[in-house]
Amino acid sequence: MSETVQDVSALIINKLLANPKVPRDISGSSKIVEDLAFDSLAVMNFVMEIEDELDVSVPLDRLAEIRTIDDLAECIVSLKKGG
Amino acid sequence: MSIFDKFRGVEQRLAELQAEGGRNPFSVVIERPLSSTVGIIEGRETLLFGTNNYLGLSQSPRAIEAAVEAVKARGVGTTGSRIANGTQSLHEQLEQRIAGFFQQKHCMVFSTGYQANLGMISTLAGKGDYLLLDADSHASIYDASRLGHAQVIRFRHNDPDDLHKRLNRIKDEPGAKLVVVEGIYSMTGNVVPMAEMAAVKRETGSTLLVDEAHSFGVLGPNGRGVAEAAGMEDDVDFIVGTFSKSLGTVGGYCVSRHPELELVRLHCRPYMFTASLPPEVIAATMAALDDMEAQPELRTRLMENAERFHTGLNKLGLTTGKTVSPVVGVVLETIPEAIMLWNTLLSLGLYVNLSLPPATPDHHPLLRCSVMATHTSEQIDRAVEIFGEAMARLPASV
Repeated sequence: MSETVQDVSALIINKLLANPKVPRDISGSSKIVEDLAFDSLAVMNFVMEIEDELDVSVPLDRLAEIRTIDDLAECIVSLKKGG
Repeated sequence: MSIFDKFRGVEQRLAELQAEGGRNPFSVVIERPLSSTVGIIEGRETLLFGTNNYLGLSQSPRAIEAAVEAVKARGVGTTGSRIANGTQSLHEQLEQRIAGFFQQKHCMVFSTGYQANLGMISTLAGKGDYLLLDADSHASIYDASRLGHAQVIRFRHNDPDDLHKRLNRIKDEPGAKLVVVEGIYSMTGNVVPMAEMAAVKRETGSTLLVDEAHSFGVLGPNGRGVAEAAGMEDDVDFIVGTFSKSLGTVGGYCVSRHPELELVRLHCRPYMFTASLPPEVIAATMAALDDMEAQPELRTRLMENAERFHTGLNKLGLTTGKTVSPVVGVVLETIPEAIMLWNTLLSLGLYVNLSLPPATPDHHPLLRCSVMATHTSEQIDRAVEIFGEAMARLPASV
């Protein structure tokens, strides 16, 4: 329950790197759509995996504001704090 | 920077699609239908296996007669919205007829099925509420989630446990929770596990809306859809559907036991700010419903045909959804393979729908086929044979 943005960001990157199609040099500032070439469905499906890992639901309207891996990590940490 | 720059990506993808197969798969013209199952495409008689016309009622003589009479008596359109000058006695008759068919008290009729989902879901799930959508939901449901102001949570396709888990995470939140599922999923033909979904609804106190667009007239002893088939109608709060599939016309509906549906009429923008259905469509829809009720054998025939087509494709080694339903999605590995196969099928006289990611689940392209009650056994066998011929013509490298 005490994950930091850095922890969550690292977890997301690890999860992404398990997919061989994802570029090897991604970081917290990588843009999910542009740098990873994910389409809208791929983003939603990937977020679902992260949700299960961290036992949190990211509403789709929050997802629309997310550009980078760090944005996603910040959103998840804030949701877990009840925000 | 041009206003059209955002379309260049699709323009390029379309050019690639046409380079690979010759045709634009999104602008096939059915020059004219010869019957419910055969149409003229590119000047050739073509077997129609991609029209959603499950009971063949688009060509119902009774519906055609009713439309002609209505148009002669009332003219071709209403020129107005349901809440202004666009409600005629026919609209009220249709609403009573549909409510009666579903054994529900209340019905709203919309101008299209798309608007029925768009309107009902965006209106019911308001600010502070939660909308829970199956991951493989139809575009009309996703669009409704963007039009409304609820928080939107996706659950895994046809997975009641995952839905339960996600509802649990928000159990202490004050907003209402609306769960939306589809009777038959339009791309894969998968049927919702209705009893399990209804159990989750009961346990969590949420509200349940079922989109029966592809299951109305198809499932259930009386054709009322998946909720009837599973014996779960009492657990469903709202049933939404369309006339443009089993009934062969156009328009959408929502039925419910909740009297508050009458209040939705005054909040639902896709219902309020569009012209109502024209009289001839309403007359044809009611006549097609008479046909459907008078001929329950159409449903039996439809499922026999679905089984025959499904089995035939599986024998060729093609992958389809596990459940046998009139929607048969043939799953392919690569987009070039799907494009070549689709083009060859059409050249050989078989029309099916080409569906490409991200409009399909799991990034696989699909050749989406729909079976009809009016297909003959010979037409089903010929369609399977054409699939076999088209596969044999695929180059080994694809």
